[in-house]
Amino acid sequence: MRKRSIVPILYIVFLMLPIYWLVTMSFKTTNEILGGFTPWPQNFTLDSYRKIFTDSTWYMGYVASIEYVVLNTIVSVAVALPAAYAFSRYRFLGDKHMFFWLLTNRMAPAAVFALPFYQLYSAVGLFDTPWAVALSHTLFNIPLAVWILEGFMSGVPKELDETAYVDGYSFPRFFVKIFIPTIAAGIGVACFFCFMFSWVEMLLAKTLTAVAAKPIAALMTKTASTSGYELGLLAAAGTLTLIPGAVVIYFVRNYIAKGFALGRV
Amino acid sequence: MNKTVNQKAWLLVLPVFLFVAFNAIIPLMTVVNYSVQETFGNNIFSWSGVQWFQEVLQSERFRASLGRQIAFTATILVIEIPLGLAIALAMPRKGPWVSVCLVLMALPLLIPWNVVGSMWNVFALPEIGLMGRGLNALGFDFNYTRQPGDAWFTIVLMDVWHWTSLVVLLCYAGLVAIPNDYYQAAKIDGASAWAVFRFIQLPKLKRVLTIAILLRFMDSFMIYTEVQVLTGGGPGSSTTFLSIDLFKVALGQFDLGPAGAMSIVYFLIILLLSWVFYTLMMRNEAK
Amino acid sequence: MARILIDQLRHAYVQNPQRPEDYALKEMSLELADGGAYALLGPSGCGKTTLLNLISGLLHPTEGRILFDNTDVGQLTPEQRNIAQVFQFPVVYDTMTVYDNLAFPLKNRGVAQGEIDKRVREIADMLDLTQTLHKRASGLTADGKQKISLGRGLVRSDVNVIMFDEPLTVIDPHLKWVLRSKLKELHTRIRRTMIYVTHDQTEALTFADRVVVMNLGEVVQVGTPVELFERPAHTFVGHFIGSPGMNALPCALENGRPTFLGNTVPVASGIEVPHDGKLEIGIRPEFIRFNGAGTPLGDAGASIPVEVTKVADAGRFRIVETRAKEHRIRLLVPEGDPIPSGAAQLKFDPKHTHLYRDGWLVG
Repeated sequence: MRKRSIVPILYIVFLMLPIYWLVTMSFKTTNEILGGFTPWPQNFTLDSYRKIFTDSTWYMGYVASIEYVVLNTIVSVAVALPAAYAFSRYRFLGDKHMFFWLLTNRMAPAAVFALPFYQLYSAVGLFDTPWAVALSHTLFNIPLAVWILEGFMSGVPKELDETAYVDGYSFPRFFVKIFIPTIAAGIGVACFFCFMFSWVEMLLAKTLTAVAAKPIAALMTKTASTSGYELGLLAAAGTLTLIPGAVVIYFVRNYIAKGFALGRV
Repeated sequence: MNKTVNQKAWLLVLPVFLFVAFNAIIPLMTVVNYSVQETFGNNIFSWSGVQWFQEVLQSERFRASLGRQIAFTATILVIEIPLGLAIALAMPRKGPWVSVCLVLMALPLLIPWNVVGSMWNVFALPEIGLMGRGLNALGFDFNYTRQPGDAWFTIVLMDVWHWTSLVVLLCYAGLVAIPNDYYQAAKIDGASAWAVFRFIQLPKLKRVLTIAILLRFMDSFMIYTEVQVLTGGGPGSSTTFLSIDLFKVALGQFDLGPAGAMSIVYFLIILLLSWVFYTLMMRNEAK
Repeated sequence: MARILIDQLRHAYVQNPQRPEDYALKEMSLELADGGAYALLGPSGCGKTTLLNLISGLLHPTEGRILFDNTDVGQLTPEQRNIAQVFQFPVVYDTMTVYDNLAFPLKNRGVAQGEIDKRVREIADMLDLTQTLHKRASGLTADGKQKISLGRGLVRSDVNVIMFDEPLTVIDPHLKWVLRSKLKELHTRIRRTMIYVTHDQTEALTFADRVVVMNLGEVVQVGTPVELFERPAHTFVGHFIGSPGMNALPCALENGRPTFLGNTVPVASGIEVPHDGKLEIGIRPEFIRFNGAGTPLGDAGASIPVEVTKVADAGRFRIVETRAKEHRIRLLVPEGDPIPSGAAQLKFDPKHTHLYRDGWLVG
């Protein structure tokens, strides 16, 4: 057990080095960052953070981002659950093609959809609302959620369903009380990935919003001023984006780490 | 799994279909449109048809970027998949360290891609970056802005740093989802750790690994932002992968025709390779 | 093969058990003879799975010892205890063939190839798996997979005990019967100690030589199926076993004799009638007759006036429900016998009428 831990420990150290770098950059001025090599901030400054916290467009940007990401995650996973169950348990007309077609929606870069989506969402009157971004992100998040959930559902033997029915469970009760706990790990991972992919998607988020629902995406690119990137600010913004995601994975950690014994029905 | 035939299952799939189709079909029409027409300044579209596709497929430049892209994707797959799996196998299942591991491992995934590119840009700089400076101090002549080899090394390392955790999380969840009864039976049968891996864990992880491989394949094939910010495709064109080239064509030359054609070809390549891979992986499934 | 002794075993899932309720398994001592077929029977949550896991080594007991042939196995892991287990949901190695599945335990123990082949074919023959030996295990039906699970336990000649944890749960109903018979046949043939956990009384009663009935973490009765049927040690055993279960009627004492609604009820146990505690009369539907019908019980048995309320047809007999005041009494009437309607007289067989005090059998 002890020897095995070396691998995750080394990996985590490897992950933390650039993050350490990112965080220290957020406490430096751009001059210090570009001026020379300083392993830790020589002139420790909170300027970047101050700018973010006092400029309302910045922190409203975080709120706006969280809004559409949460909307998207809930919609994607909620809609994907029954579909994944269908793909996992049943055969129906066009099922294999449909399943693969879902994945094809992740095979084109978002840039390709930017202009068409702009037109589409303006046409339906959702432009500059969190719903526009949330819905547009379902293009790639729903297939992801369906694929992940289907993978986990297929690992649960169909006999579990049948035994439940014999024991008198109705389908909704079986699904909620028995089935979902057995695929908890899959749900946890699906939720986190939907959150993550939506959170980091910048282009569509920027394109489909203007003022009211402006997310951090737009502001991230704002840091490229005429004098080059404001690295300190970018680093601070980047560091702050870690927090919501860390919170999400902390919440779903129990789902991800939950195992199950094919137990009593 | 023995699936039963049930056409009513379509109802369960309908919401998914509606959401995705709404987003996919309408815009797709626009792109296809562009790719077979040519834009002039004053919005006169002319039908150019197959010509663009031919030009794209025969161009040296396209083939070069495709070659680089394939090399890149192959490299990161070979590294990230086994590495991710190995880490997932080594991670603790119970106890306080589980939360610590999961949270820390998730962090690289959460950083916006342009920030990833920027931070690695500075991180790897030979003079002022922690890694660049460190490597040079160790005696390596490292400069990713000048040497293509170093640029490749940095990009690959950045991608591994950025995305391996995705594989780890998927594999970890997949491992955790294996019912305990299997491990108990294996214990009772006197199976070695290797046998447990080969006969229980690996087979049960097949689906999860397929998802991980497909995801990493597709996303790495489309990689743009991180590379653009880190190297801009350089030095020279040594790290100009497909997306970067595509954008250069579309934006630099403002030629939407070839760009559209290139997008379609691009998409078809990903589609074909994914389909082949998916079929191979699922071939053994008793449907 | 081993004789299993359970010595003052008690188990709690919580860390520091204080009160009796903290214990999932109350104190019990039990002896399972070498080569016997045992069933642990009881409803969900009665502790039978806990007991099984304690015996197999998946759980370590809070108190007490478990001995295999006089060796304390408390510290031994499941594989060290040399047990085999068949789980509720089939556990097979999907990527291997049936042959390889069966050979697996022997290969891991370094048995010679020739010996492996012999044993595998022998067991496959016993389980009717010979036709499928070359097939991939994942392609088999649920009952086939359970047979593989069982086979993996049987190939090893040094197995101390084979445990079954509700193994027929996922089997199709018409195949359950086949497998049940197969298991019984196997046990008669190879005489290994087998412990079968189930909540289904039919499975328990047909498989086991002796049944351990459990409820709420306690062993309520250990006995042969006949003993459990004719002399239930507890009203719970009376209810749980038998279909329909035993009638339990409130009993009063008049002049030192048990009575029900004023009618004297002669009981089998008879001599000492306790004066305290909640008294009940227990009698199975099989041992009640309508007055005048069938074998006369003479004047020895109790005679109870009732009102016939319901008749249900169960094939070879009818289940008749009657009422004496507000109490329900059920009896079985063979096909063809007449059933009075309205008011009738019931006769209780005195040899099978039992007295229970606070649930437990008196005498």
